[in-house]
Amino acid sequence: MPRGALTGSRIRDRRLAAGIRQTDLARAAGISASYLNLIEHNRRRIGGKLVADIARALGCEVSTLTEGAEAVLLAALGEAAAAGGQGVDEEPAEEFAGRFPGWAKLLAERHAKVERLEREVEALSDRLAHDPQLSASLHELLTAVTAIRSSTSILAGTEDLDPAWAARFLGILDAEGRRLAEGAEALAHYLNRPGAAEPAVETPQEEVEAFFAAHGWHLPELEGGAGPAAVDALVAGAAELTSSGGRHLARAAALRYAEDAVRMPLAEVEARAVLGAGALAAAFGVPAEVALRRLALLPEREAGLVLADAAGAITFRRPVDGFPLPRHGAGCPLWPLFQALSRPGVPVAAVVAMPGDGARRFRAEAIAAPLAPADFAAPPVFEATMLLTPAGADASAEPVGPTCRICPRETCRARREPSILGPARR
Amino acid sequence: MDKRVLLIEDEPNLIEAIRFILSRGGWAVQTHSDGATAVARIRESRPDVLVLDVMLPGRSGFDILDELRADPDFTALPVLMLTAKGQAADRERAERAGASRYLTKPFSNADVLDSVNALMAGSA
Repeated sequence: MPRGALTGSRIRDRRLAAGIRQTDLARAAGISASYLNLIEHNRRRIGGKLVADIARALGCEVSTLTEGAEAVLLAALGEAAAAGGQGVDEEPAEEFAGRFPGWAKLLAERHAKVERLEREVEALSDRLAHDPQLSASLHELLTAVTAIRSSTSILAGTEDLDPAWAARFLGILDAEGRRLAEGAEALAHYLNRPGAAEPAVETPQEEVEAFFAAHGWHLPELEGGAGPAAVDALVAGAAELTSSGGRHLARAAALRYAEDAVRMPLAEVEARAVLGAGALAAAFGVPAEVALRRLALLPEREAGLVLADAAGAITFRRPVDGFPLPRHGAGCPLWPLFQALSRPGVPVAAVVAMPGDGARRFRAEAIAAPLAPADFAAPPVFEATMLLTPAGADASAEPVGPTCRICPRETCRARREPSILGPARR
Repeated sequence: MDKRVLLIEDEPNLIEAIRFILSRGGWAVQTHSDGATAVARIRESRPDVLVLDVMLPGRSGFDILDELRADPDFTALPVLMLTAKGQAADRERAERAGASRYLTKPFSNADVLDSVNALMAGSA
């Protein structure tokens, strides 16, 4: 007997297995054969003394006939109706479950899915004001959720629903359920693809990144000893820098770039880039973070660069395909960038991989260093720098993620909040 | 005489569900799906209550409401606007445009019926 069978179906199965006629069981239980027939087809509720009498006549425990998935299914239907804002009597829900067990199960599953997706939508809603594409996607999802919620409520809460209408609303459930699944998948994909579907520039920091991206992450105007005048001219002519905050940050980043270029001349760095950041830093007599920045901003070079302040806030991002960097909020605590912050001055290196089958491997090299020379009057303020360069596909890698909210590594030891996505495939 | 509600919404499955709920609640339900021609349909239909979605093809629900409220014939028309959850700016915009009430998706069937009934009672 299937564990999920309803009480009436279980009585019928037990009776047939025992070779008892319906008339005989009805008599033994003190009811008419026609009433027992209704019970066996789940058209009448049964409980209390009657179910005990039938169990005794069948030679089994009451629990054998009543316990199992039935109560769970009815509870789920009740929840679906309640979520739809309509009170629903227990009897029609039980009758619905009895007459259409497959559809009832589907409805309960859809309701559970809607609940989960509603929570996901809630988690994403804070981004609505910032991203028009997300806003449109969420509106699409919410409309599908509303149609499902409404149809579910009608199906579970309408006692005299015409079969033609029932079929119509079940069709809607099916179509909107698929639309919801596809929409959620597309949304997750969009969130996991930095660079694809470029979001609008919103913050001064994003202006700076747009400025560098527009120049291919390399500024030839500032190579070979460019001074503040060249920096100011470059910043003043940048269409990407639309706010005073953006221009201020860009000027600081460009000045630092020009200083790095003086300390590590372009031609020499390009000739010796294969040595790696550590050897280059030693060869040029510069701190490791200078070499990391310089290697990340060479012309035509695939690399990522992430800077973070002592609070862990990301202050600069050069994205690299295959290593999504969060646009809002914190990054993954497992990035070497943050490990470096806990050990200032100590180089940290690892091969890392984002979640997913076939994810690219990256060699991550990071170090935290004080922003200014040591001063006995004030504690040092540190900044961490991380360079990302592609590693071989065969390299064993430490699992990392983009940011907890969109990371599917469910059991990660560093998780600080639940993910809005499902678990990782591996 | 039947109470008449006009639903301006472009999602067919949502239209189906809302029409079912309102019809069972005693409302004569008309529907229209195009934002660009919605105002003409409202003028022609002259419903007792208007249910108006924000995101419509051709023209937004806000623009439609702006035009309606500028017309003395429709300043008192009860309008229930349908917005999306989390979009606080939409709700504020709906209030500014003169929506009598608004519901955020995902709303329940009871929310829709109660809101439409309340708008009718308030305008009676």
